[in-house]
Amino acid sequence: MLFTIQVNNKKIKAEKGETILSALNRNGIIIPTLCRMKEFTPTGACRMCVVEVEGRDRLVTACSQPVEEWMKIKTHSPRVITARKTIVELLLSNHPDDCLYCDRNLNCELQRLAEKLNIRERRIRGRKIKPRLDQSSPAIIRELSKCILCGRCVRVCEEIITATSLDFINKGRETHVGAAMDRDFNFSSCIHCGQCVLVCPTGALHEKHNITEVQEYLNKPGIVKVIQYSSMVVYGIAEELGMRYTREFDKILNAILRKIGFDKVYKTGLGTDVCISEIAGQLSQRIENKSDNPLYISACPAWVKYAEQFVPSLIPHLSTVKSPQQITGVLIKTLVADQLGVKPEEIFSVSATPCMAMKFEARRDGMMRKGISDVDSVLTVRELARLIRLYGIDTSNIEHEPADEPMSGRSSAAILAEVSGGMAEGVIRTYHYQKMKKEPDKQIFKKLRSAGVFREISIMVGETEVKVAVVDGLTGLEKLKISMAAGKKYDLIEVMTCPGGCVHGAGLSFNTSREEIKNRSKLVYQADDTEAINLPCKSLSLINLYDKLLKDNADIADKKIFFTHFEKRNVLL
Amino acid sequence: MSTDLDIILRKYKQGKREDLIPLLQEIQDNLGYLSEEAIVKTGSFLGLSTTKIYGLATFYDRFRFLPSGKIQIMICHGTSCFLNGSQSIINKIKEETGVMPGHTTRDGNFSYEIVSCMGGCCNGPVINVNGQYHTHVKAEQLPELIKRLKYVIEND
Repeated sequence: MLFTIQVNNKKIKAEKGETILSALNRNGIIIPTLCRMKEFTPTGACRMCVVEVEGRDRLVTACSQPVEEWMKIKTHSPRVITARKTIVELLLSNHPDDCLYCDRNLNCELQRLAEKLNIRERRIRGRKIKPRLDQSSPAIIRELSKCILCGRCVRVCEEIITATSLDFINKGRETHVGAAMDRDFNFSSCIHCGQCVLVCPTGALHEKHNITEVQEYLNKPGIVKVIQYSSMVVYGIAEELGMRYTREFDKILNAILRKIGFDKVYKTGLGTDVCISEIAGQLSQRIENKSDNPLYISACPAWVKYAEQFVPSLIPHLSTVKSPQQITGVLIKTLVADQLGVKPEEIFSVSATPCMAMKFEARRDGMMRKGISDVDSVLTVRELARLIRLYGIDTSNIEHEPADEPMSGRSSAAILAEVSGGMAEGVIRTYHYQKMKKEPDKQIFKKLRSAGVFREISIMVGETEVKVAVVDGLTGLEKLKISMAAGKKYDLIEVMTCPGGCVHGAGLSFNTSREEIKNRSKLVYQADDTEAINLPCKSLSLINLYDKLLKDNADIADKKIFFTHFEKRNVLL
Repeated sequence: MSTDLDIILRKYKQGKREDLIPLLQEIQDNLGYLSEEAIVKTGSFLGLSTTKIYGLATFYDRFRFLPSGKIQIMICHGTSCFLNGSQSIINKIKEETGVMPGHTTRDGNFSYEIVSCMGGCCNGPVINVNGQYHTHVKAEQLPELIKRLKYVIEND
């Protein structure tokens, strides 16, 4: 039901049941917000969005107050502006003033608010928060002095990720956000998904930077510098650098990376293809053995850590295939090292990903051979963009270059794995192709590509029925549990930690709206629909790898390098 | 100790989250403090994460996370005692014991905490040593008092 309300002496239409904020936003009136996150129930905690409602003594929070018919609202009256300004001034009063050195400089919500509200002097001086830097986690760094206690990370961790490794500790001036028993992050149940980093308005949470390390190695003589990047990185870099994404953009990226100083540029896509084929093989084995237990895809490192901590009973059912990044990494340290005639330790292997948990994964137990790690350094898309800017590469005027052999090609299934449900789809397609020698009907996967935290399909492969479930964001695990408790059996289950899959990865740009994330998945689906090679087993690079390279290399011919192991973790849950 | 904990947990219903605070209180009454083990066990018993429980427990001053000393001193920091100079008492005790409020000395003898009004406003500053009240306390008396308490512990 629509009705009219008066805002700033103008009449606008509002809908019954919506909040003042949504009515205002729909009508083009913008109000600053801080603690608010879309898709979450509003808390009205930061009071940044206050407006004046005639007849009310106090200012009301627009984000949480439902709009009513009689309302006469002032959104930018002097009283409101003073209130908002004071809030930001108070937040700044105990904030360390090191914006110039801060990770989020020029990209900080607090900074932007201070600018928007025209704060030009320090009116309120408070005691600074005691600095505490937690660098213990392989992926996420906490700088508690920069925290403004908006509570977004706490809510994401509890409501979206369900790991609940963050909460407010202590009270009053001593309040800070921390993990269980106020220990450092490496002891906590954090799964390094990085969604908290993505929602943090300031530099209090950010990724562990590997740029300096990469730079150092780029200048080292006698070392072969190698980089691999996944398909999502191509979109991400285009976004970060403000360039238009085209299908040829990966070739531009190859050229950029070579200009920075990488000797070899590879695509993680081949690793994804290997991963898909190997999982399809495992699935086929399970179905032949008529195993009751489903096979869980273990390509998402955050999900793997989640399973190891919270549901250790699942560990035997996790697919032992390494993740695409690690497979590509190990191929670089074996095949490529042989091809180039260098020792594996003379290769510095960097991986660019949209994921933060990959930083953790590269340090995992079992991701090493003879003391040489598969991947030496992991850069998020944001870091890679920073590196590109640092090297002052002119991106507008650059020649197209192909990636290096033997990891230059990928199937479209590899790019599809970047969205939730894509990996499962690729595995099923491959399995179907292996059994029936033809591809399944695309319409079947329509449901896997739809929205919702839990999706399932069943597909006939010859005489056998294969049931697939996709958990899109860890909140879907609850539904999976209910469904399995009701007696449903699945053959293949894919779990992605970030809602939407890697397109919502924590290594991508900050401040992306839901539409932009949808747009990313749309691009992924488009690529899959239009590209010619849509199965890993049709990709020339993979055929070359399996039929030739692996066979020529007695050391790795048994494919053991593609597999790893998982163990129960003892952390404070 | 873990058996004590199990006995307490058995009195409550599994997964009933609203029992969290009474449960924590009972654990503290019995064990003297909330150990890490107690928090973890309570968490798995009620289906709450350790982080949440720790976050909640640190909100309340009365929950302790370290065992208290043989001598537990409470110092009133209410308005009246504050005006009568309880801050100097706190500083002196900090100096004498060498630990922060809520913590226990290495030898396990002393622990102290700062509390709000103990109801002796006309007699401030008030401190409470193992349940026994001392009124009109002056900072200079404290070294003597602590020496005496140490003597009592050593000869007990």
